[in-house]
Amino acid sequence: MKTVHRIKGNIEPLGLIFSALGGVVLLFIVAPLAGMALRTSPEELIQTGAQREVLESIWMSLWTSMAATLLFALASIPFAYLLARKTFPGKRLVNAIVDLPIVIPHSAAGIAILGFISRDSLLGRAAQRVGIEFIGGAPGIMLAMAFVSLPFLINAARDGFCAVPERLEKAARNLGASPARVFFTISLPLAWRAILSGLIMMWARGLSEFGAVVVVAYHPMTAAVLIYERFGAFGLKYARPISVILIGVCLLFFVAVRLLARERSHAPR
Amino acid sequence: MLRVRDLAKRLGDFSMRNVSFDVADGGYFVLLGASGVGKTVLLETIAGLMTPDHGTIHWDDTDLLRAPVQKRRMGLVYQDQALFPHKTVHENIAYGLHGRKRSRGAARERVATLADDVGVTDLLDRFPETLSGGEAQRVALARALATEPRCLLLDEPLSSLDIQARSAMRALLRRIHRNGHTTLHVTHDYEEAVSLATRVGVMENGTIVQIGAPNEVFHHPKSEFVARFIGIRNFFNGRLENRDCPTENRDCPKRATDRERDGTVPVCSDRERDGTVPVFKDGATPVFPLGRFVTDGLAFLIVTDARPGPGCVSLRSEDITVSRTRTDTSARNCFLGTVVDIVPARLGVEVAVDIGVEVAALVTAGSVERLGLRCGQKVWVSFKATAARFFEG
Repeated sequence: MKTVHRIKGNIEPLGLIFSALGGVVLLFIVAPLAGMALRTSPEELIQTGAQREVLESIWMSLWTSMAATLLFALASIPFAYLLARKTFPGKRLVNAIVDLPIVIPHSAAGIAILGFISRDSLLGRAAQRVGIEFIGGAPGIMLAMAFVSLPFLINAARDGFCAVPERLEKAARNLGASPARVFFTISLPLAWRAILSGLIMMWARGLSEFGAVVVVAYHPMTAAVLIYERFGAFGLKYARPISVILIGVCLLFFVAVRLLARERSHAPR
Repeated sequence: MLRVRDLAKRLGDFSMRNVSFDVADGGYFVLLGASGVGKTVLLETIAGLMTPDHGTIHWDDTDLLRAPVQKRRMGLVYQDQALFPHKTVHENIAYGLHGRKRSRGAARERVATLADDVGVTDLLDRFPETLSGGEAQRVALARALATEPRCLLLDEPLSSLDIQARSAMRALLRRIHRNGHTTLHVTHDYEEAVSLATRVGVMENGTIVQIGAPNEVFHHPKSEFVARFIGIRNFFNGRLENRDCPTENRDCPKRATDRERDGTVPVCSDRERDGTVPVFKDGATPVFPLGRFVTDGLAFLIVTDARPGPGCVSLRSEDITVSRTRTDTSARNCFLGTVVDIVPARLGVEVAVDIGVEVAALVTAGSVERLGLRCGQKVWVSFKATAARFFEG
């Protein structure tokens, strides 16, 4: 293992202990997932994968989480740039507010969102007037997902912008570029790797969200809610195949996006 | 003409104040200052990337402080070049051409011309990380020139280069200057200033302490700081005595003659002691007021119009002559001493001689060989009274 340091041919005891501890942690992550996958037969997977309800729930999870990520990225990325570049009174408070969704229980977050978008609320009434139904609909799911996953994008993008030398932006300004051109041609491309990482994290976090989503919209069902429903109604055995399928789909997308990012990125070298 | 007046800027512990200077059209103004003295802040302020607390910046009659950064047309080249790492050399140079109503073909042509001018034609498809320091600096220059700036602002353009690249870059800067580009160049290296400047300013503690033609500043530094900064090696703290000694018959008392023979005090003629050397013009003003400067272990003659009192004398190592035997020259100060060190320097060999205090003389390697100089050897050291500069305080 890489963490094992050899000194004069002997294995350093500390390195050995750290490696063993690392192994335990890795096992803790991999063992339950592998166990679940191994206990699920291919027939069960095929049978479950063919169910319309399962496919619909996975599709619902995928597109709502992606849409929520892209929609909120439009406002979050410029906001992250502001946090990285400007100093203003109350900046620490703003940074703390950004982190708030990470620390509050997600069911509580769901309750808060529900109150915010209910038919009695200002936003709920306004949305209804233009034909958008938050409660029990995809827009509600997207809001719940975005609420709990936004900090991942904002923090990653802010760190990405911080890592872009301000001098490059100054040089671009000096060459006659407007602030907008500097942002789109210098800051954004150079912070892109970090931003993409944040987008993936936000999307993955939204995709896996259960607590906030189940409060806002039990139906239409996302995959996480369907797994919970199968478990509650039929037990562990019936919840397992859909869990394996969801994990598989997530992994597939994760790897694909990462590979794509590696090829296209022109991050600072 | 770039006209800067009373510029002041405070940034944390750092402050720049009362900065005033002009850069004439087509002029090459070098601002010398130690690192951290605020040279980059000054350039960024002129470029519009920082707002001064006080002062004015004009280009001819245009108030630059009222113009946004992108309209100032000040071509800033940073010390670290600040090339865009995600863009090719071509894209870097072309960056400033955007929005200048050029067709794509015209822009490509302009980039090709600029690349040819600075010698980076072969590098156009490369990314900045693959360039050497000299190449990156050339690209940065071409990128700045692409915007057709009124004035080039160069921030230590040679400091990150090796010696070979440095001399090539100096030649390029001279060529650019010959093409009529007005340039403001900040550096901590006085040799850059000598080789490039038409005018020189010296910055100390956030303000400009001396401005003048390069020769004037280097031969007549106004303060100890300037003298030290421009690379003068010999400094002696001590006291100036008997300023107008030749007329008042005080500079070299008779009782010192024994020490004169030892070479520990300057040799004076009887006529000097008598005060019969003509030093008055029209019988009124001293033409060359000679002074006797006494430092720890040594006394010598200097030409100064300063009042007697404590101070410091600087002596350029190239103004000191080393000889095996005592020679009769116009030099008023002649001392016998011992060679304590011989060190190769960039422009020759530095010979350190102990004459009561240690002085460094810059000689050629050939002279060292011809005179057979070695450590421990007795040699004569002489320098003219006019070569020494006195700073009060």
